[in-house]
Amino acid sequence: MIPLLTTAAAHSAASLALFFQPSTSLAHLSTIDVLVIAVYFAMVLWIGFYLKQQANTSEEFFMAGREMTAWIAGLSFVSANLGSLELMGWAGSAYQYGILAAHWYWIGAIPAMLFLGLIMMPFYYVSKTHSVPGYLKLRFGESSRVLAAVSFGFMTILMSGVNMFAMAVVMKVVLGWDITFSILVSSLAVALYVTLGGLRSAIFNEVLQFVLIWAGALLVPILGMIQVGGWHNLQTKILLNYHNQDYTHMWRGMGHFADNPMGIHWTGIVFGLGFVISFGYWTTDFLVVQRVLAANSLRSAQMAPIIASVFKMAVPFIVILPGLLGLVLLTNSDGSIMHLVGENAMGPGLHSYNEVLPLLMVRYCGPGLLGLGITALIAGFMSGMAGNVSAFSAVWTYDIYQPHIKKNATDKHLVVVGRWATILGVLVSIGTAYLVMHAQGIMDYVQALFSFFIAPLLGTILAGMFWKRATSAGGFWGLLAGTVTSVSLYAWVKLEPSALSKVAFSPNAKDMAENMYRALWSFVVCVSVTFIVSMMTKPKSLAELSGLVYGQTPIPNEGPVPLYKNHWFWASIVIVVFFILNIIFW
Amino acid sequence: MQSSTIPIWFFIGVLLTIYGALILGYGIFEFMTGHYANVELVHYHAPIWWGAVLLALGLFYDFKFRPTAK
Repeated sequence: MIPLLTTAAAHSAASLALFFQPSTSLAHLSTIDVLVIAVYFAMVLWIGFYLKQQANTSEEFFMAGREMTAWIAGLSFVSANLGSLELMGWAGSAYQYGILAAHWYWIGAIPAMLFLGLIMMPFYYVSKTHSVPGYLKLRFGESSRVLAAVSFGFMTILMSGVNMFAMAVVMKVVLGWDITFSILVSSLAVALYVTLGGLRSAIFNEVLQFVLIWAGALLVPILGMIQVGGWHNLQTKILLNYHNQDYTHMWRGMGHFADNPMGIHWTGIVFGLGFVISFGYWTTDFLVVQRVLAANSLRSAQMAPIIASVFKMAVPFIVILPGLLGLVLLTNSDGSIMHLVGENAMGPGLHSYNEVLPLLMVRYCGPGLLGLGITALIAGFMSGMAGNVSAFSAVWTYDIYQPHIKKNATDKHLVVVGRWATILGVLVSIGTAYLVMHAQGIMDYVQALFSFFIAPLLGTILAGMFWKRATSAGGFWGLLAGTVTSVSLYAWVKLEPSALSKVAFSPNAKDMAENMYRALWSFVVCVSVTFIVSMMTKPKSLAELSGLVYGQTPIPNEGPVPLYKNHWFWASIVIVVFFILNIIFW
Repeated sequence: MQSSTIPIWFFIGVLLTIYGALILGYGIFEFMTGHYANVELVHYHAPIWWGAVLLALGLFYDFKFRPTAK
């Protein structure tokens, strides 16, 4: 296989080189860089074609046959979230806000991932649902499923467009590639391999992309730390250059909105991010939950998020650290410190926050390594997009098409619909990419999206899983009220910026704080409405709740296992490391 | 003879092997000819050791997870 692959890659490299005619860009690719990128594309397509033979039934196409091991499901779980937004956007956020950005990887991810694996996974897995909206159908009825499915589909396509935009911008800035060319080549590759091999192909490629992201991005922080002289030297130099702000402590400046670069209070981080947004995303967003549902047993499904959490904790090393290094290492041609700016302040000769990682790559990576770094960014984009379109395809087919458009569809027909939904999802994403170009900042935009849909969904799912008295009407109206609250608050602040002080409880609050508190409000409204309406309506019988609600779900006993295979043991280790990291960088 | 399923780890091994060989090869070329790329810390010869790490990992995965006939 290898000689065939390299021949194909060399041919692709020659063809692709015709299109690469950069004008003003940070770097120029050499032949070896183009070869590295071409080999990557050849590999993902090889996987797609190879797995086509294993995607014949709907269970195989949408759920990967539920045959994934804990390691594959876990790496796919974390990789689907590791889009180019993660690499570029959060490196930019670390440059802008300092180490506070690491909250999104630690308190904003780890507790929720462990909760999913230890507590929630049995309900999803035992109910044999194909999707999160599918669980809502079983627990609350059809109306809740439709509302969740439509909002999820909408969000997924927007997210996919955001990812695509991020990737196209970095290709334009770093290499001078035409935005349309970048978008078309990468998105068509994703469309091809997901359409052919379904979720299994998406998962296999996500695992591959995860390894590739590390291989391509890890060198930058290693060389950066060597050059800057270690962590303490980095802290000292940041303090010298930016003496008014604390960029290297995670909690010390959280006592007041005005004491940290993000303009947020610890309550917003702990309750808004650490609970509502984090739990909402990691436990109810079907994009990530779908990967775990594809596990080959309940034990694997429970271990997968725990394995993922270990790698998630390590991601700041390749994302946050480069952002901090950029504060001291990036210099202008006259030797002065380079100051990156927001997208709105861009002008001739200036670079935006989001360019910090590409700028560092160009600084350290010569031929071959630069190609690998660029491939890591492309891989990040493609894994994020594949996650979005495969989840969109499943929700569209199972939760909208089958129940509402063709109820008696055959299994073969559903696979065909899933393949077309994948292509449609990619096409709509391409259109969306051009819309999001006018958004103020990539990450702020995504946070706003999360709070629209994710926060109220968390309220509904938690009420459904842990409160037997929650009724169908309560679930639906709670979900609707939470979503409307979130959108309304967003619109209110957009129309009247001074309203921010009311939403986030402080006149010093900034955009990120607004997102946290808006999510919190939305969750509170959702849970309150769910409670009130449920108390006024008739609950389901206990028999109907079997397999869906805590206390009514017999958890399968898979027998005793040695300590090193026990998910509670590994979760305990992860949570201890989580606390140690927060204390070290307090 | 029917071949068994190719594990994802083998695909990863193939990719790392190719990348390791390409990057290590370029690093050796740089070292031998003295034509270094215009990047920082060039004296650390990152392409050589990073390429070697990728190649070693790739070969390990190729061998460990190679498809075997049923």
